[in-house]
Amino acid sequence: MAYLLKGVSILGGSPTDLLIHDGVISDKTDGNAEVIDAHGLVALPGLVDVHTHLREPGREDAETVQTGSRAAALGGYTAVCAMANTSPVADTAGVVEQVWRLGREAGLVDVQPIGAVTVGLAGKQMAELGAMATSAARVRIFSDDGFCVADPKMMRRALEYVKAFDGVIAQHAEEHRLTEGAQMHEGEVSTRLGLTGWPAVAEEAIIARDVLLAEHVGSRLHVCHVSTAGSVEVLRQAKARGVRVTAEVTPHHLLLTDEKASGYDPVFKVNPPLRTAEDVAALRQALLDGVIDVVATDHAPHAVQDKECEWAYARPGMLGLETALPILLSVFGEKWDLIADRMSVAPARIAGLAGHGGDLTRAGTPANLTLVDPSARWVVDPGQLASRSRNTPYAGMTLPGRIVATFLRGEATVLDGKVVK
Amino acid sequence: MIKHLRSAADLDAATATLILDTAAEMAALAGREVKKLPALRGRTVVNLFYEDSTRTRISFEAAAKRLSADVINFSAKGSSVSKGESLKDTALTLQAMGADAVVIRHSASGAPHRLAEWVDGSVVNAGDGTHEHPTQALLDAYTMRSRLGRLEGLRVAIVGDVLHSRVARSNVLLLSTLGAQVTLVGPPTLIPVDLPEKLQVSYDLDSVLPDSDVVMMLRVQTERMQDSYFPSAREYSRRYGLDVPRLTKLPEHAIVMHPGPMNRGMEIAPEVADSPRSTIVEQVANGVSVRMAVLYLLLGGK
Amino acid sequence: MAQPRADAPSKIILEGADLSRVVDRIAHQILEKTSGATGTALLGIPTRGVPLAHRLAARIQAFEGVEVPVGSLDITLYRDDLRLQATRALGRTELPPGGIDGLRVILVDDVLFSGRSVRAALDALKDLGRPSSVQLAVLVDRGHRQLPIRADYVGKNIPTALSESVRVAVTEVDGADEVRLIGGLQ
Ligand SMILES: [Zn+2]
Ligand SMILES: [Zn+2]
Repeated sequence: MAYLLKGVSILGGSPTDLLIHDGVISDKTDGNAEVIDAHGLVALPGLVDVHTHLREPGREDAETVQTGSRAAALGGYTAVCAMANTSPVADTAGVVEQVWRLGREAGLVDVQPIGAVTVGLAGKQMAELGAMATSAARVRIFSDDGFCVADPKMMRRALEYVKAFDGVIAQHAEEHRLTEGAQMHEGEVSTRLGLTGWPAVAEEAIIARDVLLAEHVGSRLHVCHVSTAGSVEVLRQAKARGVRVTAEVTPHHLLLTDEKASGYDPVFKVNPPLRTAEDVAALRQALLDGVIDVVATDHAPHAVQDKECEWAYARPGMLGLETALPILLSVFGEKWDLIADRMSVAPARIAGLAGHGGDLTRAGTPANLTLVDPSARWVVDPGQLASRSRNTPYAGMTLPGRIVATFLRGEATVLDGKVVK
Repeated sequence: MIKHLRSAADLDAATATLILDTAAEMAALAGREVKKLPALRGRTVVNLFYEDSTRTRISFEAAAKRLSADVINFSAKGSSVSKGESLKDTALTLQAMGADAVVIRHSASGAPHRLAEWVDGSVVNAGDGTHEHPTQALLDAYTMRSRLGRLEGLRVAIVGDVLHSRVARSNVLLLSTLGAQVTLVGPPTLIPVDLPEKLQVSYDLDSVLPDSDVVMMLRVQTERMQDSYFPSAREYSRRYGLDVPRLTKLPEHAIVMHPGPMNRGMEIAPEVADSPRSTIVEQVANGVSVRMAVLYLLLGGK
Repeated sequence: MAQPRADAPSKIILEGADLSRVVDRIAHQILEKTSGATGTALLGIPTRGVPLAHRLAARIQAFEGVEVPVGSLDITLYRDDLRLQATRALGRTELPPGGIDGLRVILVDDVLFSGRSVRAALDALKDLGRPSSVQLAVLVDRGHRQLPIRADYVGKNIPTALSESVRVAVTEVDGADEVRLIGGLQ
């Protein structure tokens, strides 16, 4: 199948025709290509999420690889990295291959499994990282996300060990002794609401430790969901010293603040928690500066009963795949180069996903791309989302930018804003 | 009139004063031969208690019954609540039973806010986690006003585990609304790190006492010791306990309050608790009048 | 009951000195009917019944030198129409120091209309004590009774239409003495 995108604007450039042929961007012509009128639409390299929770195996009532893949494609993604905190935990070659195979069967995005760092995410014994790396799933990112690799010795060993296969440890930075019972950001709002605080220093202390460890052993470190201004400063200094550290920020930490907890609606409960307006400003600046390399969704679907309850009993996490690009557009405006880099090029590089985040102006680039209508406005309706869960914090908000089409290796996964398969 | 009492922040000065004035009328009626008043006849008040608190439950129950409401006690023990039914399902059950008001006590902060989204009736917070206990603050304000004649300009020291105290949170809000000046006193580990700027904080009880009209001692749980909030009960009591020598540092007219239950010998010496300056017994009696006022004002009209 | 609008036309029925004369007359009637107001207590129904009760007591004292105990009886919690309106603030209930047991209690109110307030007052009274008898004094009787209740002492009968209302003002509460008929004059 071939597609001719008429009048498309690549990264906001002047209108041009773009031919997708044999799975790649082509500079030839094809009279049989299906013509898509793309005037007014912006082409971006397919988005890549380095931090997605697909919940399969184990919590298929919240999300499956199939439903999560649909949500991803509708959000403009062509690749997602599936976190390891499933049940069973993705800590063996068998589980990561299962997830990888489910992704292939769904066929809507490349599902790249992330392997657990330690067996059962328990922090005690290193998982068989090498076996996962050499499995069919070719795992490159390892993370105990949901938990922090707390033991400094374990963290050091893991950072060192994955050098053998160019792996990277993605750390969920949370000093758990400082966050026992924590429910939200520790500050004036938590004091008012009587919810136990999650202090910023619990994140910053771990990031500071881990950049020193990574520096010491010369390894790659990736920091998940950076949420505080203090973390940004730690990262800024580490990068200036040449430490091989990359970092992600979520759309929700770029937009929402801890004030959202005021009504005790757990749809706003997330880990790390929503922070203050000053933190939000620092994170935005860090993403602009490149101190934070990528936007990752931390898409975390939860079943209704896990959110329709008391705040303290609710599970932390928010949906993100279908709203990430619109949130970025509403925060930064139509900065297409920035969006392409932070949501596609840089994440593909960190995850080692060759073929994603490519240059759409070059013939031969794998045709992983998405078309955005930047003038469209839509109201977020949880019931209309493709995810199996409903826990979006943006319900009722009007967002700019709608994904019109997504292509994975030249095949349309989304056309006219609808999933093709 | 407001629909719910979830937080002391639901009350502006006029509403809070109306509650206190109404409580005073209720108290005047309490001494009569026939204690029941017909105002809430045909109304149903549900006491939904997820935490054991016999004192608070009995106080609400007495208040509702004196106003002739039908009272249903729905306690966590021996009901579907303990079998893991969700708060939402329980709310839908209460809704079907036609509850006009639900008085909720819960270990999770914000549970009354959630409940209010799921029932049509009024929700009264009878203590939620480490958040608030607004009727306690109302009865404390009532007690201060009846002992000292006013609230405006009163200097109130709240002493102890402010961090975990729902009584402290509600009192800070209500007393500020009614024009009193609050000083929080305790070890720095038990004072929240981020506080609104208008609040005074002191780590030195002795320096605060001579300038206080009211000293409110908070219950300190010994579990806090295991969690390193302070080194030992002895050190806590030496630094922040109200004993007889400290009592003498208070101005002549000052009163001593405690929301109960007390740890005698820990935050308050027995002689202080039993002294004429202590309002601890009055607080309990005032609790019924204040809760009658709250229930009447929430349910007495259309 | 439909209330006339605030800007409806109105007419003054009693004013200043007229109102004082009416109070004097009721005081005389009470003295006459109760053989000198012995064993009697006056209970005003808030809001305006309370100052009227105090005035009656003062006039009785002036005419005969008898000191009649005065109190107030709030009926809010006993009303049968609580749910039809926004929550009402409570008035004060304050019995005379000696109580009311065994006394002849005279309830004092400003306007007698449907009789429901008086019924509520009788209910409230029975929870407070056991008077030997209960009588009723009103400044104005405007008719339209819905219950078998009548006043023992009436300052002035004012025939009214249901669409009208009677508003009593007293100096202690409103700054002036006045009885006004509102609405229905077109
Ligand atoms: Zn995480
Ligand atoms: Zn995560």
